[in-house]
Amino acid sequence: MSTQVSEPRIGVFVCRCGTNIAATVNVEQVAEFARSLPGVVYAQTGLYVCSEPGQKEIQKAIAEQNLDRVVVAACSPRMHEPTFRACLAQAGMNPFLLEIANIREGCSWVHTSEPERATKKACDLVRMAVAKARYLAPLTERRFPLKDAVLVVGGGVAGIQASLDLADAGHQVYLVERSPSLGGLMAQLHKTYPTMDCAI
Amino acid sequence: MADVGRHPRIRLLTLAEVTEVAGHVGNFRVTVRQKARFVNEKECTACGECAKVCPQLVPDEFNLGLSLRHAIYQPFPQAIPAAYVLNPADCLGLNPIACGKCARACDKKCINLEDQDRELKFEVGAIIVATGMEPFDPFDKGDFGYGRYANVITAMEFERLASSGGPTGGELLRLSDRRKPASIAFIQCVGSRCAEQGTPYCSNICCMNTIKDALVLKEHYPDMEVKVFYIDLRAFAKGFEEMLWRSKRLGVKYIRGIPGEVEEDGQTANLRLYVENTETGKIENHEVEMVVLATGVRPAKTTEAIKQLLSLQLHPEGFLLEAHPKLQPVDSPIRGVFYAGGAEGPKDIKDSVTQASAAAGRAARLLAQGTLAAEPYTVAVDPAKCRACGACLKVCSYQAFEWEKGKPAKPIEAVCAGCGTCAAECRFDAIEAHQFTDEQILAQIEAALAEEPESKSLVFACHWCSFAAADTAGVARGQYPARQVLIRTMCSGRVAEEFVLKAFALGAPVVLVSGCHFADCHYLNANRHTQRRVERLWDRLEAWGIRPERLQLEWISAAQGQRFVYTMQELEKLRQTVTPEEIEKTKEILRNPPRVAPRPEPKEPGEQPFRCLRCGKEFKLHYIPGKPQERTCPYCESNSVRLLVLKEAAVSASAK
Ligand SMILES: Cc1cc2nc3c(=O)[nH]c(=O)nc-3n(C[C@H](O)[C@H](O)[C@H](O)COP(=O)(O)OP(=O)(O)OC[C@H]3O[C@@H](n4cnc5c(N)ncnc54)[C@H](O)[C@@H]3O)c2cc1C
Ligand code: SF4
Ligand code: SF4
Ligand code: SF4
Repeated sequence: MSTQVSEPRIGVFVCRCGTNIAATVNVEQVAEFARSLPGVVYAQTGLYVCSEPGQKEIQKAIAEQNLDRVVVAACSPRMHEPTFRACLAQAGMNPFLLEIANIREGCSWVHTSEPERATKKACDLVRMAVAKARYLAPLTERRFPLKDAVLVVGGGVAGIQASLDLADAGHQVYLVERSPSLGGLMAQLHKTYPTMDCAI
Repeated sequence: MADVGRHPRIRLLTLAEVTEVAGHVGNFRVTVRQKARFVNEKECTACGECAKVCPQLVPDEFNLGLSLRHAIYQPFPQAIPAAYVLNPADCLGLNPIACGKCARACDKKCINLEDQDRELKFEVGAIIVATGMEPFDPFDKGDFGYGRYANVITAMEFERLASSGGPTGGELLRLSDRRKPASIAFIQCVGSRCAEQGTPYCSNICCMNTIKDALVLKEHYPDMEVKVFYIDLRAFAKGFEEMLWRSKRLGVKYIRGIPGEVEEDGQTANLRLYVENTETGKIENHEVEMVVLATGVRPAKTTEAIKQLLSLQLHPEGFLLEAHPKLQPVDSPIRGVFYAGGAEGPKDIKDSVTQASAAAGRAARLLAQGTLAAEPYTVAVDPAKCRACGACLKVCSYQAFEWEKGKPAKPIEAVCAGCGTCAAECRFDAIEAHQFTDEQILAQIEAALAEEPESKSLVFACHWCSFAAADTAGVARGQYPARQVLIRTMCSGRVAEEFVLKAFALGAPVVLVSGCHFADCHYLNANRHTQRRVERLWDRLEAWGIRPERLQLEWISAAQGQRFVYTMQELEKLRQTVTPEEIEKTKEILRNPPRVAPRPEPKEPGEQPFRCLRCGKEFKLHYIPGKPQERTCPYCESNSVRLLVLKEAAVSASAK
């Protein structure tokens, strides 16, 4: 079971996203708040955290601050989770030791008229991400052996075509047909549209 | 076809059926039962000497019973394998005393009357299901006199009668008097587009097949009168419309209207059709010498068995259900299983071949990886905590557990899709959903409610739909009050009852559980369990004296940004109705909540009263016990819709 690491070293990176986030959310205040959270040893803001220089900053901090967890407060994880995971991996960290707080789609963009409450909410989202980060465990993509053979069930025109394509591509095929012959419905047809030729 | 028989890498097993499939993508262990052929497939030269001496004659299924064959026979001249086959059910008796003539007639001695069924086992990485479809049997629909009138035939019977290899040597003859008909009518949509018969769909091939048949007739017998009765003519693909026009130029008449009745003239065996021509609005009466029913297609009878074997699902129409109707039309929902041809839906040859190549491509793409990658969003079971109750296996849409009675559940990493539903279901806390563990989510809940919990609603959102909808709302700059925080899980099925209760216990005024609409669930039907849990929580909350509406349920698709915004606005209105006293009382109750017995469910399907927990309105909806359905308030479109019957949820005396 994943348990909290006793003394995590979490780094928090709060993105301004140009003005996309910073125009509504007070990002400096969010970073300041992050520094007060248990486990957070480092927090900074960045203009575009996802950009090349932004990622370099993260990697630099990982090395210098000896970070073992990274929280990025930026756009939706559906945008840049792969980006930041790759960034962590490059820095020699397990890519799954990352948590993203969505303070753009889920905050600055939808609360433009309430900057104060939006900032409060961004703090909450960062607090939640940091809380989760404390329990993150390294994970690895699993790989399993594959049997290089295919079962095709049904020897009508579809089963025939699939079998030939796969066998020609070098795979072993087992073609299982219920009846005594291949062909399926098509074998019974006199002529076939659109070519009006015989079926077999 | 012959290429398959010759191919060094294709092992062709005819007279064979799959009886068992174990394992999973990459490593399916397959068992096949192959019936005895009684004829050595490799040695037989298809000389036919055996059939000549066989005394038995039975209807020939290849010609739909329009001709006879022997008990030992070749299915059709181009059959692959070409070898003859003996059907023991038709044979006089499989021993030399009863008959054995065929075995004696075969010079090459390839007939073995003692041949036995065999069982074969092998392993494969992927499976393609190409079990096809079946022509509709119009016996089921007596309307047009099929089976009663000799000269009413089906489209497939027409194919056999027109075929030079068929029972009449390619001469189209009436079955009543073996005379060439001077006029012929085709009736379209027989066994299609009719909900009462359970075939509401269009069979896709019969319009074009009729146009083809009409062309064949006109080219062969230019003087024959050919009429086609139809609802719509669906000639939509490349080159099809041209075929339709060519047939019209050759004199084929198309009449819009399906005959209400077909009557036989006892003298001539001709057929009279009464039809309302929907173009002119007039009732017409046509006499023809032969009628062809353009019968549609149905799922093959074997589809159900294949579905069971591979844990697949069926479309309501009975064809196999694809992983996604638009973006993954070739993939089944089970990893490593693909579809080709008519098994997936009515299709013509070109589409079947196209899908077959696509399925082969999908399978090859999988095999080309050499090893199989799986996201780490899988689960681990702690064998020390597992009580082998089987609840996890029951809720897993993917059957991703190896299960041995009495032993701890063993998740199959390669099959698990990572929804986390099992982890929410396990009552013994034995399952850890990687990257979405209980500790992680509980820590998020605590953090969310650490300060001023009364000021915000807590929202659980699923990665694929409702969380994505929040993004869509953001991109569109939809505005709503900054009064809620989201916790993302891959599937709403991950949201354990414990999470919701924890939130209330920490002072959350309102909790929303949100996910994909039923049809969109990315884990087949994992969100049915979400609904069940929320319904159960409503009962428990109510029994404890906590307003059930403080827990809301919404299905919001990724595209429904607007619906997300509206949901957030409504959530905020609801939050404002929750007083600090109410929150305090809830916390108090949840410190030691009594057990609540489950509410009895209505036993019979039928209309039941429901209440919307958002707008408060009451209404009736159809309810089917044991079959969860997406429920929507007809007034405000909320999914927080609660069954009202039997509401006296018993608070049992025994405190937890
Ligand atoms: C009357 C009629 C006329 C048609 N005319 C045309 C035409 O002119 N042009 C055109 O393009 N299309 C035409 N079609 C459509 C065409 O027949 C289909 O597109 C095509 O046959 C579909 O091929 P299939 O391989 O998917 O299925 P099928 O042809 O149905 O083959 C399925 C095969 O699977 C086998 N099988 C089933 N279950 C199992 C199991 N459990 N285990 C092992 N084997 C199993 C069956 O025995 C069969 O051999 C016509 C169809 C009909 C009914
Ligand atoms: S293809 Fe034509 S005949 Fe067949 S069901 Fe569709 S509309 Fe009816
Ligand atoms: S639900 Fe939990 S206790 Fe029951 S079998 Fe699954 S892992 Fe074991
Ligand atoms: S229920 Fe979901 S998470 Fe659990 S084993 Fe099945 S697919 Fe995996």
